[in-house]
Amino acid sequence: MTAPELTPWDTVQIARHAQRPHTLDYIRGLTEDFVELRGDRRFGDDAAMIAGVGRFAGQTVAILGHQKGSNTKENLKHNFGSPHPEGFRKALRIMQHAAKFGFPLLCFIDTSGASPNLASEERGQAEAIAENLLVMADLPIPIVATVIGEGGSGGALAIGIADRLLMLEHAVYSVASPEASAAILWRDGAQAPEAAAAMRITARDLAEFGIIDEVIPEPEGGAHLDPVAVIAQVRTALQQHLDAIAAHSISALLEQRYHKYRRIGVVHERQAALFDSR
Amino acid sequence: MKEFLRRTPRYFTSPKQAEQQIPDDLWKKCPGCGELTYTKQWLDNAKVCPKCGHHERMAAAEWIELLVDKGSWQEHDGDLQPADPLHFVSPRNNYAEKVATLQEQGLNESSVSGNAQIEEQPFALCVSEFGFMGGSMGSVMGEKIARAAERAADEGMALVTINASGGARMQEGILSLMQMAKTSVALARLGDVGQPHISILIDPCLGGVTASYASSADIILAEPGAVVGFAGRRVIEQTIRQKLPPEFQTAEFLLEHGMIDMVTPRAELRGVLAKFLRLYRRQSVRA
Repeated sequence: MTAPELTPWDTVQIARHAQRPHTLDYIRGLTEDFVELRGDRRFGDDAAMIAGVGRFAGQTVAILGHQKGSNTKENLKHNFGSPHPEGFRKALRIMQHAAKFGFPLLCFIDTSGASPNLASEERGQAEAIAENLLVMADLPIPIVATVIGEGGSGGALAIGIADRLLMLEHAVYSVASPEASAAILWRDGAQAPEAAAAMRITARDLAEFGIIDEVIPEPEGGAHLDPVAVIAQVRTALQQHLDAIAAHSISALLEQRYHKYRRIGVVHERQAALFDSR
Repeated sequence: MKEFLRRTPRYFTSPKQAEQQIPDDLWKKCPGCGELTYTKQWLDNAKVCPKCGHHERMAAAEWIELLVDKGSWQEHDGDLQPADPLHFVSPRNNYAEKVATLQEQGLNESSVSGNAQIEEQPFALCVSEFGFMGGSMGSVMGEKIARAAERAADEGMALVTINASGGARMQEGILSLMQMAKTSVALARLGDVGQPHISILIDPCLGGVTASYASSADIILAEPGAVVGFAGRRVIEQTIRQKLPPEFQTAEFLLEHGMIDMVTPRAELRGVLAKFLRLYRRQSVRA
């Protein structure tokens, strides 16, 4: 908040803090009668992706979120919040389920990325993410996504196309982790702090690029120091945005969602810059 | 093929070759099997090794020349240029300078887009230019694909994409990630009007391109031996320390795992595309 200015690398550390509230903490804090729905009905159930339905602000909502652990045991159970294809396909199932019953969809983004391994590739990691993007593009229900910790790459975006995208003050969202960016662009993973700065991954950066709709303030020092307060802030923000988009018809909402994503990017056409995400 | 395809062949610089004093342009050594082929024969075979079937990478212009009806190609959005929204500077990689250098070499961007015909059937076509920053997807590629999808929807025709890419363009940061979303919203609209997206995966196709428009297509073809996947082999071996089978992430591996419709040799591709364009043609929309 105020205090000494945090570097982007400091922000990465806060975003990844083990005691930071994770998806299940938000679900417990925000909803009543939550029921977890499991499995993709295709291959298995992936604990890195939490899915379910519950009551929020007087209505039934569907919820999706990456789940990181607060300790090693939890992290092993949830694969550090990195889903396999079955996690994304469970998410897809719940998206379509939500649309069938007209439940608004709340997504909580907190992953360093989709799990990179042989099993994921065999079962079509790329296809699983790609399909979610295509389906979310015109899923006929309101969608509000919140980056609560780490938004890493395609694995984050796979539950991240939304009518409103919110981001906690000390969350980060990037095309690749600072370590991966440094390995690719600096040929040295140890340069991650420099990459974190160069890649412009903080909430303030994303607000500047016009990618996010609101930055949700955190207690000084980070969300882990006062989870109750930050969950209350998230509640207020989610309610406001759900109310605001509920005022629109679904067709108007889909039209707005289309333009929200269609305009993102900066290109020059001949000399003049015509497209600007801002 | 024609004069058009005559480029300086690569892989001629090994000392062994130099010792043999073979003229640079007469023979092509296949990077797949190491066999020598008379260059003209190799070019006539669309850069496919007649001995082992290795498919050599081709530039966007070569793809267009190979696939579409002569005289039917009309480029669109060729004037879109990358910007440098992050003002990206790193010790190895100053984005604006890199773009300027590549453009001096005559490469415009990592995607070439236009309208074309095969057997007089019109379609929109986007082809990756791997030589431009590894075919990476930044704002320009995202914009070209989104516009091509919209053009196809408006004009009632199919979209064909030929995809070779290392993934998202890191130098555009989050804006490049969001091109995965942008292309997806545009393709959803193409689907709404009942026009197909046919994606052709060529070597190599990885990361953000595979995890977005290239894999959400209605029909997915891949070239023999093409490496296609989400995370690259090196990344997986380093992060998971997992031994990977040799055929891992090849087109054949994807076919076996149900991820693509067919592995199509380059020589058959035009005919296969012609068939799909006929089968999916919508008379009512065209009328």
